Amino acid sequence: MNDKITMHYQVPADDFTRAGEASSSVKSKLKMMGVKPEIIRKVAIAMYEGEINMVIHASGGTIDVTVSQEEITIVLKDQGPGIEDIDQAMRAGFSTAPDNIRALGFGAGMGLPNMKKYTDELIIDSEIGKGTTVTMKVKLPTD
Amino acid sequence: MSEFFTSVHLKEELCMGCINCIKRCPTQAIRVRNGKAVITKKFCIDCGECIRICPHHAKEATYDSLDIRNRFEYTIALPAPSLYGQFNNLDDVNIVLTALKKMGFDDVYEVSGAAELVSEMSRKYVEEHEEQWPIISTACPTVVRLIQVRFPNLIEHLLPICSPADLAASMARKKAMEKTGLSSDKIGILFISPCPAKVTAVKSPIGIHHSDIDGVIAIKEIYPVLLPYMKDSIDDVEELRISGRIGISWGGTGGEASGLLSESYLAADGIENVIRVLEDLEDNKFDRLEFIELNACSGGCVGGVLTVENPYAAKVKLKKLRKYLPVACSHLADGNAEDAFWNNEVQYQPVFNIGSNMKESIENMARVQQLTEKFPKLDCGSCGAPTCKALAEDIVRGVAKEEDCIHILREYIHKLSGELSRLDIKKDEM
Ligand SMILES: Nc1ncnc2c1ncn2[C@@H]1O[C@H](COP(=O)(O)OP(=O)(O)OP(=O)(O)O)[C@@H](O)[C@H]1O
Ligand code: SF4
Ligand code: SF4
Ligand SMILES: [Mg+2]
Repeated sequence: MNDKITMHYQVPADDFTRAGEASSSVKSKLKMMGVKPEIIRKVAIAMYEGEINMVIHASGGTIDVTVSQEEITIVLKDQGPGIEDIDQAMRAGFSTAPDNIRALGFGAGMGLPNMKKYTDELIIDSEIGKGTTVTMKVKLPTD
Repeated sequence: MSEFFTSVHLKEELCMGCINCIKRCPTQAIRVRNGKAVITKKFCIDCGECIRICPHHAKEATYDSLDIRNRFEYTIALPAPSLYGQFNNLDDVNIVLTALKKMGFDDVYEVSGAAELVSEMSRKYVEEHEEQWPIISTACPTVVRLIQVRFPNLIEHLLPICSPADLAASMARKKAMEKTGLSSDKIGILFISPCPAKVTAVKSPIGIHHSDIDGVIAIKEIYPVLLPYMKDSIDDVEELRISGRIGISWGGTGGEASGLLSESYLAADGIENVIRVLEDLEDNKFDRLEFIELNACSGGCVGGVLTVENPYAAKVKLKKLRKYLPVACSHLADGNAEDAFWNNEVQYQPVFNIGSNMKESIENMARVQQLTEKFPKLDCGSCGAPTCKALAEDIVRGVAKEEDCIHILREYIHKLSGELSRLDIKKDEM
């Protein structure tokens, strides 16, 4: 029997029309699984920010979402340019988004701070030239 | 409310099992089983999409016939504003209202009049409840039902005010009781509706305990009966109108929102667009808005499946009709609409749940994934489910089996015939 389930997604590069597809799909599955609405909301917001970051700052990547009875783990992996200074990137308002991206309404530098705010754990593992792996966890209440 | 009531249903003898509807249903509520469409009531939001798409007219809505009037001593017609958009060259709403009386209703009460009161109340409510922004309109019962079953995080944004039809019903009843001295049960409040969702909203209301509407008559039913009376009415028009531009605008998309006299709103129509807006709203993707107006039908209520005119043409007609009217004719100060707030909390109904606890849900979802992998991902519909994933969910829910997929069945038969021929060979060797 399965005590966890993993959902796997590919996030294509530079495709804004498809950005958000993965978080929508996760959202609808979590709803069917009876996860509490407020938790789904956190996961959806945090995951969407991460998904968009992969589209804008890296050239797409993969997402694995694992649900167990205790927690939801979201792993976003890309082979993009990496993040030079993670502390700086985490600061509210910091952004390297170019003008054309800002014109689309992104680049407020609020993505990573929101991902931290809406999850119980956020770990960023990044290497320049190699890529970035962001791991987020949201705990499920035991009842 | 124990069982789920829905107005949209199948006329079995007309259904060809062609699977057009299963693909169109926004909540995947329909399956074709044994050659006939079946609606799972708890998933249905009465949007009417399946009525629109069915080439064989096998889907229809339940509503009351005009005979329902005979059940009451005194009847009042409540025309939805969308009714006014159905007629060519109509330049005065009073003609429609007079004709309704001529055809036998004892009185009329314009829903658009109550709509102006709802607009006034909403204006105040929106202004005073910034913490609830964006506030989502609740006049379209399909949208409210959709949010109740699929967008639990948005329930707190719902505008907790009765729909104009329900408010009109309470006010009309009060007025009639005062005027006639009859008891409430002798008075019939009959709403003339553009859509099946309103029938459901009366039978199983959301947000209020009870609707004052006694019956719902379809616009398309009353239309041919009303036309000749309208011709008759032209020469002695009674002044019955109680609404102006704001009230009549409610019949089309953007009407309710514009009645708030604020710029900070979004108005979306058409069920697929509504769902997109709700998804994005749930993910915080919008800048701060005060109000969101949502109508399940394209064009707004004029696009309801029980109307006759093309919704876009009807919208133009409404625009022409209201052009020379005052901004509003009904005002809160004139009467009492204090009962117009919701009195029954809306609870999330997780009808789509796949397990009764987390452990079971994980197991079941894993099984859905395994099955989906096994299916050819053609979403061909031959199994009667709209997608391969939907079939997988049905199997896990125990209402379908793997061999319902013709591709799996074929494989299975191949394997079986392979085994049989091997048996034959063995037999020959013996
Ligand atoms: N996956 C990634 N790969 C490389 N750099 C990243 C990645 N994710 C974030 N960054 C860097 O961190 C910065 C801050 O990210 P954050 O999501 O907080 O803001 P943003 O994406 O620039 O703007 P916003 O998310 O508000 O639209 C980005 O501008 C970018 O330089
Ligand atoms: S569209 Fe649906 S209801 Fe209409 S005939 Fe086809 S299967 Fe039956
Ligand atoms: S009315 Fe709408 S929700 Fe109900 S079965 Fe038809 S398409 Fe589906
Ligand atoms: Mg970002």
